[in-house]
Amino acid sequence: MALDQSFVGRTYPPTPAYEVGREKIREFAEAVGDTHPAYVDREAARALGHADVIAPPTFVFSITYRAAGVVVQDPQLGLDYSRVVHGDQKFRYVRPVRAGDRLTVTSTIESIKSLAGNDVLDIRGDVHDEAGELVVTAVTKLVARAAEEA
Amino acid sequence: MTAKVSYGSVEVGTELPAQSFPVTRAALVQYAGASGDFNPIHWNEKFAREVGLPDVIAHGMFTMAEAVRVVTDWAGDPGAVVDYGVRFTKPVVVPNDDKGALIEVSGKVAAKLDDNLVRVDLVAMCDGKKVLGMSRAVVRLV
Repeated sequence: MALDQSFVGRTYPPTPAYEVGREKIREFAEAVGDTHPAYVDREAARALGHADVIAPPTFVFSITYRAAGVVVQDPQLGLDYSRVVHGDQKFRYVRPVRAGDRLTVTSTIESIKSLAGNDVLDIRGDVHDEAGELVVTAVTKLVARAAEEA
Repeated sequence: MTAKVSYGSVEVGTELPAQSFPVTRAALVQYAGASGDFNPIHWNEKFAREVGLPDVIAHGMFTMAEAVRVVTDWAGDPGAVVDYGVRFTKPVVVPNDDKGALIEVSGKVAAKLDDNLVRVDLVAMCDGKKVLGMSRAVVRLV
């Protein structure tokens, strides 16, 4: 069943602040095997013009995805989460995420499409720092595959 | 943000050094812990097969993280990336052995934009199949 178009444009309340820890950044960088010193060494990060160690580009997804979860599990929306796959991911960075950031995510349903029985949902997560400045925008495309015929 | 590649030194078609990234089951478990994505399709073979997958598959976000390293290693500053997007076209199947899978990533400058920005188009392959589509990063050079 196609999702209700009236949900397009709906914005959800900002998440509680997530504090970016330097050890969490280190753990993530190690998990993706990335040894760039800007992730672990403050001096190396400063030499590149950053105020503190920065996070790898895709780090922020773990925060925005959790925020998007609130949208996909909205009972009013009625999405069958067991059929959802991650179709597409985009990030637009104003600046890199860095240690000490306290980030909140505001999620908005950007579009809902029905393609060959699949529901295709674009969820935009605007990530702001404590000063209210936009840090990065993540757009997550989720595809809810059509239920198989019984 | 100080990339180490100068805008003037690249042209459309400039190739970035290609890289290969091994991915084992252990790497997936480590990534699950670091990212908080504990979906069992990334570590539980029985579950993966039950939902119709050939075997455990890598997190798409893991593959996305590996692919952009071709850009960040080249540019010298990971903070120089201003835009990055991919489409997850095929899963990276990770067998339960000590070898796992290999993600092979190449990239080239596809466009020179204003403001010292260049667009790099990436190709990520695994087992002869393209695993990311529309994989593009915009990076600010010096």
